[in-house]
Amino acid sequence: MKGKMPVAFIDLKRNEIQSKIVYYGPGRGGKTTNLLYIYKSMSKQICGKMVTIDTRGDRTLFFDFLPLSLGKVMHLTVRIQLYTVPGQVMYNATRKLVLRGVDGVVFVADSLKVQKQKNVESLKNLIENLRDENLDIRQIPLVLQYNKRDLAESNIPLLGIEEMDHDMNRVLKVPSFAASALKGKGVYETLREVTKRTVRSVTQKLKGGQL
Amino acid sequence: MHVILTRDRMSELENILETELLENGADHVFIVDASGNLIIERGNLPMGDILSLAALSAANFGATEQIARLIGEEDFSLLFHKGARQNIHFSRIGRNFILVTLFGNDVSLGLIRLRSSKAIEKLLNILG
Repeated sequence: MKGKMPVAFIDLKRNEIQSKIVYYGPGRGGKTTNLLYIYKSMSKQICGKMVTIDTRGDRTLFFDFLPLSLGKVMHLTVRIQLYTVPGQVMYNATRKLVLRGVDGVVFVADSLKVQKQKNVESLKNLIENLRDENLDIRQIPLVLQYNKRDLAESNIPLLGIEEMDHDMNRVLKVPSFAASALKGKGVYETLREVTKRTVRSVTQKLKGGQL
Repeated sequence: MHVILTRDRMSELENILETELLENGADHVFIVDASGNLIIERGNLPMGDILSLAALSAANFGATEQIARLIGEEDFSLLFHKGARQNIHFSRIGRNFILVTLFGNDVSLGLIRLRSSKAIEKLLNILG
């Protein structure tokens, strides 16, 4: 195990898999809002306590953390730990720390027209930080979320879905979801897809004897 | 890289934590990996929120690693926080794991440090 970070942790005594999913994206894009919605709406039997380390201005300083227990796959209880990273450019060291041992990623893009460039820069930053962890963005379970779609009703200029797809997903070609995390729209669809992909990736390796 | 621990290996880990730390006065002991996964937990304290504690312990260690680099160190191999009733001691097990020990004021820090380093020598054979 020397030299590389462990990723999924499998405990054969308790028959349990633990995986880490990180919500990544530009600052003020709604990563924390996604987790808050899940925390507030999900049964407390499934989701544990949410931990937030933020500044007084409501911006994530270190990370948010929410553990979920999601039933069984191949006789193993699946536990997922959701994390967010701080989105602001200057906190890259913290983002790298949170990405340690990541098993799956949700990239939360901001649909505001003025955030077009920030989305692309943050995605590039994700690619670089994953590379530093010896991970390839094309191989890690990844889902895109285009957040704040509800603002269209307030006549705020938004990027079109096709434009966002062109900016961020023309090469990656991963599932993408239009969402309004504040209202809960698209939050569970995103979570379901990234969880499915993450668990599948771990269990395929288990079945294939790579673990 | 994924980590799989078999039933036997988990029992070995439990034995080490019991004999080196819990039998020497520690109240609660757990091991967490650098990504925040809880590997194992033993002890007598009611730990309703152990998963958060595990995630924050890994983050705390990671953050102080950055502090170490800013002052020209590679990392700090141990951390200690003192409370009014409970104290917490963190020490690195190799590169990827952290041993976290909770203990009261009736046990000396020196004893915890000594037993932690003994435990780590043994734990490295399993986790190293």
